[in-house]
Amino acid sequence: MVEQRTVRPDHEAIARRVRQGARVLDVGCGDGALLDLLKSTRSVDARGLELSSETAGIAMARGLSVIQGDADSDLELFPDDSFEVAILSQAVQQMRRPARVLGELARIAPEVIVSFRNYGLWSRRLTLIRHGRMPAPGLAHEDGVLLPVTALDMIELAGRLGLACVAVAPVRGGEVGAFRNKGLKRLNWGADEVILHLRRM
Amino acid sequence: MPDNAPPQTSALRVLTLPEPLKLDCGETLDHVEIAYESWGEPNANRSNVILICHALTGDQFAASPNPLTGRPAWWPRVIGPGLAIDTDRYHVIATNVLGGCMGTTGPASNAPDGKPYGTRFPVITIGDMVRAQRAFIAALGIDSLFSVIGGSMGGMQALEWAAQAPGQVFTSVPIATSARHSAQNIAFYEVGRQAIMADPDWCEGNYLAQGKRPSRGLAIARMAAHITYVSEGALKRKFDRGLQDREKTSFSFDADFQVESYLRYQGHSFVDRFDANSYLYVTRAMDYFDLSSRSEGRLADVFRDTPVRFCVFSFSSDWHYPPEANREITRALIAAGAEVSYLDIQSDKGHDAFLLKEPIYERALAGFLSSSAELRGI
Repeated sequence: MVEQRTVRPDHEAIARRVRQGARVLDVGCGDGALLDLLKSTRSVDARGLELSSETAGIAMARGLSVIQGDADSDLELFPDDSFEVAILSQAVQQMRRPARVLGELARIAPEVIVSFRNYGLWSRRLTLIRHGRMPAPGLAHEDGVLLPVTALDMIELAGRLGLACVAVAPVRGGEVGAFRNKGLKRLNWGADEVILHLRRM
Repeated sequence: MPDNAPPQTSALRVLTLPEPLKLDCGETLDHVEIAYESWGEPNANRSNVILICHALTGDQFAASPNPLTGRPAWWPRVIGPGLAIDTDRYHVIATNVLGGCMGTTGPASNAPDGKPYGTRFPVITIGDMVRAQRAFIAALGIDSLFSVIGGSMGGMQALEWAAQAPGQVFTSVPIATSARHSAQNIAFYEVGRQAIMADPDWCEGNYLAQGKRPSRGLAIARMAAHITYVSEGALKRKFDRGLQDREKTSFSFDADFQVESYLRYQGHSFVDRFDANSYLYVTRAMDYFDLSSRSEGRLADVFRDTPVRFCVFSFSSDWHYPPEANREITRALIAAGAEVSYLDIQSDKGHDAFLLKEPIYERALAGFLSSSAELRGI
């Protein structure tokens, strides 16, 4: 058995947005920590897609149903509405074609939850303006450069793909704020990360 | 034991199928014997039965040594108490395939006329092998399997089970396999068959009646096939251009290189334990395997809305049944709406990696079986 880890607050917040017993696809599921939480607290029918063989193997070892594959090319295989909820937790900024991935998720599931680093955060804006440098993680970071995207960018993209924003929660210092659907400009200014709950229009 | 069984197999556990077996070629085989072995105990409702399907040259001795030859088990890393296929939890059965040569009816068995079938044995398919296994399982009084697990040709059987009897198999674990033999697969096995048939001691397939064995042909067939079971990286790591027991090349056709000596050993040690005609029939069965042909080339349609849970494994350096062939299975299963897990293990050991030490693979298999067992209430 995989040892118990402390539950991440953003995972907990995402889990609270998922209906009991829903069919859930977690794209970029990593070692399966979020899926495990969803299974144990929400009794979901959990499936994962993960690019890395090593982390997919860890997720499978904990008994999760995981496909090692590439979201950029494999999502198109899933039938329409084969899931109730699709999740992109801290994964969309590593995708080569994020708009296409999000579009596929909108086809696969009527609800999509996306969490990501918010480059609208005031201090990241200042880094670029004052120092002429991209906010961290930079080029030398082992995960490479994340797609710099703000909460407002993502909400606009989702809208173009037919996904309406149901609610947004800011994440600051590891703590998740309340989900809301107003004051988005302020949230875009102050949130380190954001969790977007989207629903097909 | 029926009287016509070859005497050298008397230490094997054999069950004779109660009904004649109808084959894909249109013929029917009577009195089919299935040689098998088992480990672990069945539970009260027999819901914990796992069938292990062996590869081309494997046999039913997956988890314990062959009592006749003393040859060790071929999958001891995975099957046993506390292992991925946990014999404290599951009742594990392995059969020798139809057409095989370790006790199950095959070309070396006696035909109704009391003489070995030889090439009079009908050409069989992977589908026939699975129909024989289904009849065998039914004869044991088992309604359905918790899992069918196999690598290589065993993986084809695991897929075939799910296609043939989706209601009778809870999970299917195809490992390092393919849903259709590729032109390259067919080509390599054709080289092997031609080597056997070119051996004068093959005697048009009647070598048993004439007291001969086409050992040289069979050894060459094994050598050619074995190259495809190991990766170039593994051959380089093990041998590179190393010389065998000599300082310099001999300017002759002796086994100068270690890799030659290794292949010759692989060939020679094989002929003592395998029947040449079996090799022809079983490789032919693999060549004929193409699951997608049953649905106008659309593999996904074969598994549309299947209730079977799948777990597919491949190995990155496998060029016999490469990751792409296994990914194709996975992609079809996704499109079919099946519950499927897939893992490509990073390994430089080639096709044979599925039998070797690969901890991530063993833990992932254990996790899949364990969570499936919970769903089935085992």
